[in-house]
This record gives sequence, structure tokens and C-alpha cells, in this order.
Amino acid sequence: MRVTCTVNGRRQVADHVWEGESLLYVLRERLGLPGAKNACEQGECGSCTIRLDGDLVCACLVAAGQAEGADIRTVEGLAAEDGTLHPVQRAFLDTGAVQCGFCTPGLLMATDELLERVPDPSDADIREALAGNLCRCTGYEAIMDAVRLAAARRAGTGERA
Amino acid sequence: MTIGPGALSQRSDRDTTGGIGESTQRPDGHLKVTGEFAYSSDLWHDDMLWGHTLRSPHPHAAIRRVDLTAALALPGVHAVLTHHDLPAATHYGLEFTDQPVLAQDVVRYQGEPVALVAADHPETARRAAALIAVDYDERPLVHDESSATAPGAPVLHPGRTDHHAAHVPHPNIVHRQPIRHGDVAAARARAEVVVRGEYEVGMQDQAFLGPESGLAVPAADGGVDLYVATQWLHVDQRQLAPVLGLPAEKVRLTLSGVGGAFGAREDLSMQAHACLLALRTGRPVKMVYDREQSFFGHVHRHPAKLAYEHGALRDGTLLYVTCRIVLDGGAYASSSPAVVGNAASLGLGPYEVPHADIEALALYTNNPPCGAMRGFGAVQACFAYESQMDKLAAELGLDPVELRRRNAMRQGTVMPTGQPVDSPAPVAELLARVAARPLPPERPWADPAGPTAAPDLRELPGGLSNTSHGEGIVRGVGYAVGIKNVGFSEGFDDYSTARVRLEVVGGEPVAVVHTAAAEVGQGGVTVQAQIARTELGVTHVTLLPADTTVGSAGSTSASRQTYMTGGAVKHACEAVREAVLARARARFGTAAALEAGKVVAADGEVLATLAEVLGEEPVEIEREFRHRPTEPFHPRTGQGRGHVQYSFCAHRAVVEVDTDLGLVKVVELAAAQDVGKALNPRAVAGQIHGGSAQGLGLAVLEEIVVGPDGRVRNPSFTDYLIPTILDVPGMPLDILELADDHAPYGLRGAGEAPTLSATPAIVAAIRQATGLPLRRVPVRPEHLTGTA
Repeated sequence: MRVTCTVNGRRQVADHVWEGESLLYVLRERLGLPGAKNACEQGECGSCTIRLDGDLVCACLVAAGQAEGADIRTVEGLAAEDGTLHPVQRAFLDTGAVQCGFCTPGLLMATDELLERVPDPSDADIREALAGNLCRCTGYEAIMDAVRLAAARRAGTGERA
Repeated sequence: MTIGPGALSQRSDRDTTGGIGESTQRPDGHLKVTGEFAYSSDLWHDDMLWGHTLRSPHPHAAIRRVDLTAALALPGVHAVLTHHDLPAATHYGLEFTDQPVLAQDVVRYQGEPVALVAADHPETARRAAALIAVDYDERPLVHDESSATAPGAPVLHPGRTDHHAAHVPHPNIVHRQPIRHGDVAAARARAEVVVRGEYEVGMQDQAFLGPESGLAVPAADGGVDLYVATQWLHVDQRQLAPVLGLPAEKVRLTLSGVGGAFGAREDLSMQAHACLLALRTGRPVKMVYDREQSFFGHVHRHPAKLAYEHGALRDGTLLYVTCRIVLDGGAYASSSPAVVGNAASLGLGPYEVPHADIEALALYTNNPPCGAMRGFGAVQACFAYESQMDKLAAELGLDPVELRRRNAMRQGTVMPTGQPVDSPAPVAELLARVAARPLPPERPWADPAGPTAAPDLRELPGGLSNTSHGEGIVRGVGYAVGIKNVGFSEGFDDYSTARVRLEVVGGEPVAVVHTAAAEVGQGGVTVQAQIARTELGVTHVTLLPADTTVGSAGSTSASRQTYMTGGAVKHACEAVREAVLARARARFGTAAALEAGKVVAADGEVLATLAEVLGEEPVEIEREFRHRPTEPFHPRTGQGRGHVQYSFCAHRAVVEVDTDLGLVKVVELAAAQDVGKALNPRAVAGQIHGGSAQGLGLAVLEEIVVGPDGRVRNPSFTDYLIPTILDVPGMPLDILELADDHAPYGLRGAGEAPTLSATPAIVAAIRQATGLPLRRVPVRPEHLTGTA
């Protein structure tokens, strides 16, 4: 089948998609966007977290056909067109929240979504929002720092997404 | 063709300017936050096929017949291979060559690879594998010490020829290491207090997030290029070349992006299989394990049963310890012999123990093979000896920290192996640091608005499941400290190689660093660049991709890469610096140092820019670096200077337990660790935090459950639980820097020690909260509610 959708603001067409493929497979293997990661492919780890019509989803749990006509945003669409990093990306680098980095794309998407909803999250808010994103390297301490820093910088600049 | 292993081949100076001691940013960080970093599962090649592995459903069975007809007939299938198709060597292994590339007439564990498929779509490959008809004849299995060593037990590897075969008491024992230290019988006669305990550690999984994966590309010269996530390129190459029937130079490996490792990538997984399929089909072959394949496709942490006896005087002074540590190595040897050596030699913990009888051994069973995981034999022992120290403290009515302080090892202490500890061992200091921290506030769920306000459920055990509003919750505090060796031990020729070139690019001096060290997330690339800046006084450092065109770096394991590859980069840089200074002296008659891109005299006078002195002639030098030699442990007495360096970490855990439901919330996990010298403080903190979280997982969550039938019950992230951000609390740190004069910059390997003591500290806290004896990890709800 053919799947047509908008990914990071660009119209994309994937041909010869087998009906059993996930949106994650289509993004990674058919559209050349491997930023969303494939760590468990059963919705447990959050490494493939993307935005589907604004909603935070695990792309591995979305059948490719469900993406027809959808507006999709992946980690590849976070930075500005000129390459300037998104504040959340910047904060993850500045705090050492990236080690192996396999969980990072999903955590960036989830953090961005959290700060859209809750600009000044408490620690409990952060933990609740990121509970679906596993990280095996950092013990989450630097990730907590990154989210706090991103929130503080957003408040400091008055930025609103 | 798009292959992305050269993720680090660009200049690394985009965000970093600093030398050692600074928390410079990762050179690969920008690529990792933009999604551009090419992990091994992201690789792609025109015309590539997808490989898939068919695995045994049985833990022990004879293979009667394999029928490939239906699989080969499936459209899109390009090859189906069994052991009949192997071109050369049929077995491989890290220490013993005992593991079949593909099973021949027998399978020895559930998940053992039996056949391979290459197809044009991963789902086609999976379906073809399901069409392979294998006729198995199940055999009796061995699953623990008594079944493995019973009279008439099936011998899993008859006719062993490995170097431990002659010393083992039974052919189903991979390796056994006794250690005899002092005179236990005499000490026992003087003991005023004796405590005994039996402990058990479940099978933990490394559970890295990036699955086993890679891309094998057949080459025009008949060889193969393999782009892969591994911990040690050259040991993969050493095992692959005989299996492929190729000379080593035709088996070229390049590291692609590694999504975590923690020991699980030290053994081969898909490497040989992808290469075999690529060489058979003449097409590039990509293999990516799904999570279930991953659980079956790599070794795990050895589950262990440990029996300890501690004898002491009334004042707490330890007189003797005896222990017996039985590790389940599973179906193949992997690194079990070295794990046994660690468990035995580190089995007493970081304490002064004048007399000891120690025995550690690993079994061959039909359980999943076990091998390297962060902590490597020291984790299991630490849970047991620290549980014993708490038991002894309770028996004596002493504070557990005070008992540990009285017996703490220090510089000069002699290990049970007879090896003196010849660098700082601040065990008492680390414990004092964590003990001195203020405790986190009581009842953190209570609303400050008053006792009638609704509690914040998120701060309670059970969280938003709304299982408690504070009733039935008890708090406990526990302490533990551990000792881990750094580097490869027991006489292994452990070295790393670095090639460093200093050249002028665009008018600026640039250091080009090439090693084969596997960057697995820990930040080795960051510190290599920092070292080059410090030693050569440059800003710009280029890190070439890690591959087999440069000498071995050894493994990214044993907390060794900053010490070893850092040491190699340092030595190569020093040689380059000397060559540049010699060139400058020939020109100026003097030259003493390289600073900030300048060549300076002893009095600090700038003689020339580095770019001027280098001109069109780069300086390139390769150096190998070795740590101090070690000795094997004597097979009967265990005596020998077997270790290079020791690493120490202490934890204090605060937990809250819902005693009605058996739910545990770790409220805080404080750590103190000596790292000798923090080359990158932020990266060191990341290692301690990450290691502590894995220790938390072993304490209360993580276990691969294997039934007595040898079958794995939970090979998924749905059923194997690794800590989430809700499970891991704040982890305040104290980082000490007490130099080890034998090591580069005085540094001490840091990655593993925090994994040891986190587990027993948490369990000690749960014991204090509940009064339960708790002798097994992970602690499960049923252990706390009495419903087990």
C-alpha cells in the first residue's frame, strides 16, 4: 500500500508498504528517518516516541496505515531549519543527559511535549511525564537536570512553543 | 551507499575546548540529540538483505533432522544456512572455544542459534525461519549445582581440552578458584561471635537499549566489512576470522553507534551470522535483533548462591571469613572463568580479614549462558558480604557503619590473595561521607498545607496506583561499600593502542586520534579528546572512527578504557610532543612545552606557533600502553598478584516500604566514590548515577526468571523490569580524587564500583524498615508480605 503523511513539515510518500509494518518501520526504513529508535518494539521503552497529530505516541505501536494523512513530528524536526538546536536538545547536552543516546530522541520528544503542557513542572511532574521512557545509562539524574534547565531557560526567555 | 559509522570523523571541537579535569561536552552529543548519530541498527545499504536467526525452543535436545524446504521456497528468501554450511571453524568463544556458531547435533540452552535466513524484508526472514522444520529429541537437563554434579548427570561438554579442565572437580564445573589465607581453624577457635548466612542473586540482564545489530558487506577481495556495535573490535575479529575461514586482514570491523553495552556485547552475537549470510549471498546483510532475540542473544549476569561465615571478636574485629560462591555459567563458558576469579579474590569485600577460606566456581548448566555484566563477579559477592556485615553488626549491637569502619581496608592491607593494596583505599572515608549526609525529609507525600490535605500519591510506594495514602508505610536506612578490580587481571596481557597525528589544517594545529576503543556511551571519546588537548596544547581534535586498521584497544569493560586507552593516547601524545619539540630545538636551540598552540621555551617565551613548526610535515606516532603486569592466581591456594587496581564506592539508601502490599520506594540513594582523578567530572557522575541505578534494579526489580525446566519466563521489557524515572530517586554524590600513582593522571576506573554497593544498601534499608531477613535479590513484594 501507499502511505502519505507530513513529517517534520514535509509531505512524504512511502510506497510498497506492507500492511503489517509499523509507523516506526516506515519512518526508519522507508523514509530515511532513523532518529526514532527501535529498542523494544512493544511500547515499553519509549525510544520511538514521536508526535502524531500533536499526540505523543510510540511509533512502534502505530500501524503504518494509521499514519495516512497524519502530521508527524520526529526528533529530526526539533532543531530549527538553520541547525540551531531546540532548547530541550541544548539542555540535554549541557547537563550530560546524553550517554549512549539511544533513549535521547524519545526523551527529547516527551520533554518537549511536557513543557508545552506544563511550563514549570515539579520534579514529580517530570517523573510522571517521562515514566514511559527508559534510559539504561544515566540513572535519570542528568535527565532531571536537563528538564529543569530547559524549563528554567524557557521561563527566562518567555518562550512559548 | 549510506553507511554511518563515521559519526565521530568530523572535528570534535564544536562544543568543546577543554583539557582533562573539565566537564567538556561529548563530541558525538550534537549528532545524538538531532537523531543523526548512526547506531548499528540504523545502517542501510543499497541492495541489502535482512538476516534472521532461528533459535532452539528447548534447553537441551538432540537435533534429529532439519528440513529447509518450505523456508527456501518462500519468495524473497535468498539463503538459509545451518551448521552444514559453515566454511571453516564451527565453534568460537572468549576464553574457551566451546560455543557452536550454529548448533550441530545438540542444543544446550533455550535460544541457541540453529539456522539463519537472509531475505529481502525482515518479516519475510522471520516467516521463513518459522517454516524451518526442526525435529528435536529433548534430553534431561541440568539446572543447578546438585543436578549438574549428581552421579550420572549428563556432561554438557565431554572431552574438554580447555586450560581449566585438568583442575576442575567435575566436567560440568567450568572453573573453580579456591583461596587459602591464614589459618581459619585457629581463628575460629578464638572467635567470640560467629554469623552464618546463605544468599542468592537472581539473573540480571544488561538490558542495553540499542539492540544487537550490524551490517556485513562482502568485499571484492573475498573478505567482509562488518559495521557493528561491540565492546571490543579485535576480539570479535579474532573469533570471526577462523569461523569465516578468512585471514584476519580480510575481516575488517568498524564500530558503529553503540546503544549501551554493560558487558552484553563482549561476546559475539550476530557478528558471525551476518558475515556468513553476506559471504553466501554476495549481498550486504543487516541483522537487528528484536528485544526477545536480544534477551536470548547475549549472556547475562551469573545468578549465584553464596554461603558465608564471619567470625569476630566482641569489639567487632573480624577474625576470619569463609565463603563458597556458586555461579551458574549456563550452557557455554563465555567469560565465566574470569568471573570466578573476581568473585573469589574480591569475595571478602573491602575489609581487613586476617584469615579466610574462599571457594568460587561456575557451573555448566542448560540455563542461558552467563558472562560479563558491569561488576563482573564482584556484584554477587558484595550483596552477600555486606548482608553478613549487617548481620554481624546486629549480633554485636553495633552500628553497621561503625562495624565497617573498624574493619575497613586501607592502603597497605593485604588481600586474601597475598597482594598488598598499594594505592589509596579510603573505605572508611567513603562510608563517613554518605553517613554524614542529612536524611531526606520524613513523609514527603504529606502536603505542607496540613495533615488534612490530600497526599501527593506520586511520593508514595505504589505512586498513582493509589495503593496507600501513607498508612502501612515504614522507612529504613541502609549502608554498603564494595570493592571492584580495574583492568584485566590474572596475568592477561592487557594493552591498548593509540595513533596520534599532529598536523596543520587550515592554518590551525589539529590532533588526529585513532584508536579501536569502543565508545558505548560512557564518554571515552570525550576524554580521549581532552587528553590530546592537555598533552599537545591544541584546541582542535579529530577522532577517527574506531576500526581494526589500528591496533587493539582491548575491551570497553572492567572499568578500564580511560585508564588503558586514555593511557595509550597520553603516551602517543607525549611521543608526538617530544618529536615536535625536537624539531623546534633543532631550529631554535631550545623548546620546552606546547601551550595553547604555541611552542614555548622553559622560561615561557613563545618561540613559534605550533603550525609554523609543523609546517607541511605532520608528526604521527603509534604507541601501545600496558598497565603493570599481573599474575594468575595459584589454582590451589589462590595466591598471586592478580589485580591491577581497586575501585571503591559506598552507598546509603533510604527506602519506604508499604508493608501491606510489599511495595518499595527508594527515596534517596547517596553515593561516595574515589575516582583518583576525574578527567571529566560530569561523565564520572554519569557513571556513578547509571551504575547505582542498575544496582537498584537488581535490588528490587530485575531478574530473568528461568524455570527448573531451563526456560525463560520473561524475555521482554513488559516482564523484565528495568528502573524507570519513577523508580530511581535523587542520587547525591561525593567524588573523591585520591591519586593512584601507578595510573595515568592518578585516575581510578570508575564505571563498575557503584553497581556493587547500591544493591546491598537498598536491601539493608528494606531490612531495617521491615525487620525481615531478606537473603535474596531482587526483593519481590511477596518476600515482604510473607506470601512467597
